Amino acid sequence: MSLDAPDRGCREAPVLKERGQREVFCGLTGIIWLHRKMQDAFFLVVGSRTCAHLLQSAAGVMIFAEPRFGTAILEEKDLAGLADANAELDREVARLLARRPDIKQLFLVGSCPSEVIKLDLHRAAERLSAQHSPHVRVYNFSGSGIETTFTQGEDACLAAMVPTLARTEARELLVVGALPDVVEDQCLSLLAQLGVGPVRMLPARRSADLPAVGPNTVFALVQPFLGDTHAALIRRGATHLPAPFPFGEEGTTAWLWAVAQAFGVTRAHFDAVTAAPRARAQKAIAAHAATLSGKSVFFFPDSQLEIPLARFLARECGMTPIEVGTPYLHTGIVGPDLDLLPEGPAISEGQDVERQLDRQHAANPDLTVCGLGLANPLEAKGHTTKWAIELVFTPVHFYEQAGDLAGLFSRPLRRKALLQEGSAA
Amino acid sequence: MKLTLWTYEGPPHVGAMRVATGMKGLHYVLHAPQGDTYADLLFTMIERRNHRPPVTYTTFQARDLGGDTANLFKDAARDAYARFQPQAMIVGASCTAELIQDDPGGLAAALDLPCPIIPLDLPSYQRKENFGADETFHQIVRALAKPMPRTANITCNILGATALGFRHRDDVAEVTKLLGMMGITVNVAAPLGASPADIARMGQAHFNVLLYPETGESAARSLERSCGQPWTKVVPIGVGATRDFLHEVAAITGLSPKVDESALRLPWWSASVDSTYLTGKRVFIFGDATHVIAAARIAATEIGFEVVGMGCYNREFARPMRAAAKAYGLEALISDDYLEVEDAIAAATPELILGTQQERHIGKRLGIPCAVISSPVHVQDFPARYSPQMGFEGANVIFDTWIHPLVMGLEEHLLTMFREDFEFHDAAGASHHGAKAQARAEDAPEISLEAEALVASADASGGGISAKRMPDAAEQAVPSGAAVWHPAAERELKKIPFFVRGKAKRNTESYASEQGVAEITVETLYEAKAHYAR
Repeated sequence: MSLDAPDRGCREAPVLKERGQREVFCGLTGIIWLHRKMQDAFFLVVGSRTCAHLLQSAAGVMIFAEPRFGTAILEEKDLAGLADANAELDREVARLLARRPDIKQLFLVGSCPSEVIKLDLHRAAERLSAQHSPHVRVYNFSGSGIETTFTQGEDACLAAMVPTLARTEARELLVVGALPDVVEDQCLSLLAQLGVGPVRMLPARRSADLPAVGPNTVFALVQPFLGDTHAALIRRGATHLPAPFPFGEEGTTAWLWAVAQAFGVTRAHFDAVTAAPRARAQKAIAAHAATLSGKSVFFFPDSQLEIPLARFLARECGMTPIEVGTPYLHTGIVGPDLDLLPEGPAISEGQDVERQLDRQHAANPDLTVCGLGLANPLEAKGHTTKWAIELVFTPVHFYEQAGDLAGLFSRPLRRKALLQEGSAA
Repeated sequence: MKLTLWTYEGPPHVGAMRVATGMKGLHYVLHAPQGDTYADLLFTMIERRNHRPPVTYTTFQARDLGGDTANLFKDAARDAYARFQPQAMIVGASCTAELIQDDPGGLAAALDLPCPIIPLDLPSYQRKENFGADETFHQIVRALAKPMPRTANITCNILGATALGFRHRDDVAEVTKLLGMMGITVNVAAPLGASPADIARMGQAHFNVLLYPETGESAARSLERSCGQPWTKVVPIGVGATRDFLHEVAAITGLSPKVDESALRLPWWSASVDSTYLTGKRVFIFGDATHVIAAARIAATEIGFEVVGMGCYNREFARPMRAAAKAYGLEALISDDYLEVEDAIAAATPELILGTQQERHIGKRLGIPCAVISSPVHVQDFPARYSPQMGFEGANVIFDTWIHPLVMGLEEHLLTMFREDFEFHDAAGASHHGAKAQARAEDAPEISLEAEALVASADASGGGISAKRMPDAAEQAVPSGAAVWHPAAERELKKIPFFVRGKAKRNTESYASEQGVAEITVETLYEAKAHYAR
């Protein structure tokens, strides 16, 4: 175990808190992956044309199959009378469920306009749940930009499900956070080899597989943005296993070891199970570390993955983080990653994009991790960028993806070098 | 409340962004919550712009509501002026800010900034993107363009091109070239490429050329009132329309409409015997009204297609759209509901769709080739090469773009002659396309069985929408009272290449019902073929 913390980590580092223009998505964007993850769920945003336009633009490409999400677009008359808005919502939901009887879970998703006009989607969800039970359970959460940033939409969604989960007295491991199916399977396979179980997942692929929760539930997060879900599970009596997040060889090992210890796995057995995949991951990362080592990196805030990823890049790829920006800093959740991140980088929370661009310009990093709205303008100024959204839309967790994760950062640098060769020729 | 899966247009403030981003030296202060910045990536990614859109978002949060969102706006506007030093600013609200009624126009005016402030009133819950662009450009022109002496030479302004417009960049270049051949210089092209200072000197042009009524007509009317400038009504998309446009400009200026047409290739490419196979191909056209009306004329009179359906998503242009459709004996489809558009396309069984990116998806699903002629756009609608839609080069580009998705001349004949070939068959797709050919499934089940299975699975998975996804199933499900297909006739029908099978089926069925035939046999199929022969 080479999890030696640096002499000084970043847990106590001062945090630059900023507010101003934020160049980030709102929480509705989480629907793009959640609707593929939960195969019998439909996400109905109650919002404006802007919300609908965001969902189809943020996905970058339109999804070929009929999407399991849609927007009930508020119109002038809905703003005039809320009673009518509720009646309209009931009508649209009834029509939707009649057309899609395969839907077992319906999420009413609040937006900026629905929050501002105080349309009570919680009561609407209760009313509609009663109407459509037992076939459909209706939940609600807010993905509004006035309350949530990007990945917080998933947090709000999962937190809304926790109070409705069945109660259990069983000692079970609950793995929390949406993972790509292939990664989820790898995670379950590793845990099975370690002898950890039973293991439940939240979210589950289908509503029939939803976990139960209770005072003997032990949970581990696989995504760092799940602050509200973390709090909701603790309210249900479950116990959190704090750990670095499973990015890279080191992060994955630390995460698995935290789980293994809680389930009485011996060190020898742990090493026997993890030795081969650890070696593979180290080898795969080394191929990219040659490109990344000694380079500086600057993170604009995006998904809350920034702290764990900076830790991975600093410790396993030899990079030097200059600034690590994150929309929110949950020290209780990313604390173990902060402990491992060597002191040095500025940690910033929130955003004033103009001022941050000034700092980025002054720092002139080798690699800038930022959103799609900033990437091309920065490239045009000669910077090398990595779009942050790809880190959320690509399988990057656990051992077998550690090399791919490093590759996401090395590719822009290799590409820049290739094109420079081309233009020099 | 209206359930929407995909939208043809964004909200009106995105239209305002298209104007602001197309211009130089203008800044847009938008009262908006976090998340509305998603719109930046439409420009930086889809259009590959190398600058951020000139937009400052106030980014208010839940905790600011009921507090001081007005001050947040004022700070943002003041900071934006200090940082960007624009020649003029437009200010407005997105959908959420409209609800909190902070009056961005009044707040900004109170700041006494040393540049013109143009307030925008864009009703987010009633109107959409094109309206937002049109109204924003109109307000900018109204505020900044003043009457002034005309230039000595004959000049004009070009109106309507914006950022993120379908081929606007190249259309402006092509029309500028065309006007140049008549001896006319462009005074200002706006919004795309213009600064507020340019807008201020628009009054010196002799007339205006309106390229995109959707985004420039209000400005054209405003300039007609304030500066006495006439404006062109013909949009020069297609050979005939381009010539009509030249005559319209000639009537306004007294110059000769005769220009060098040596670079125009569409008429000969169309007359070439190689293009004979295009005759009467059924085409369905959908998009914004301007592009659809122009495309229908090209399709019907310059390429020789049969227009079997047309419509637009922008209700503002329903009237000219309906009138244009009537000329082809059609009822225009006016709808922004893409499921409705899909149903109409499936029912019309076209051989080619001319549409937007949404229709491209519909075409993929229905197995019908599609060429994109209108917004909404995708990254592939911003080609690196010069590819206008307007003028003579635009006509050349259109010929290539529309013909490319089709199965070509002799290939079509070979498919008809040797229908049973196991690798060179209609389901394999056109041979000049990259998609992997699929081997023909031997011993395919009878169509009726196949149809039953499809209908059954559609029922199981929820009827309506799934059945819609399977037009074949819907087609095969015989409505009561209609003629029944004999299995041998069904097999014969299946031998007809897919790109004409729908037409053959419809013709045969309507022939059978006219003749009162209860069962369609192979003979009925060929009698119908003879009946409809042209």
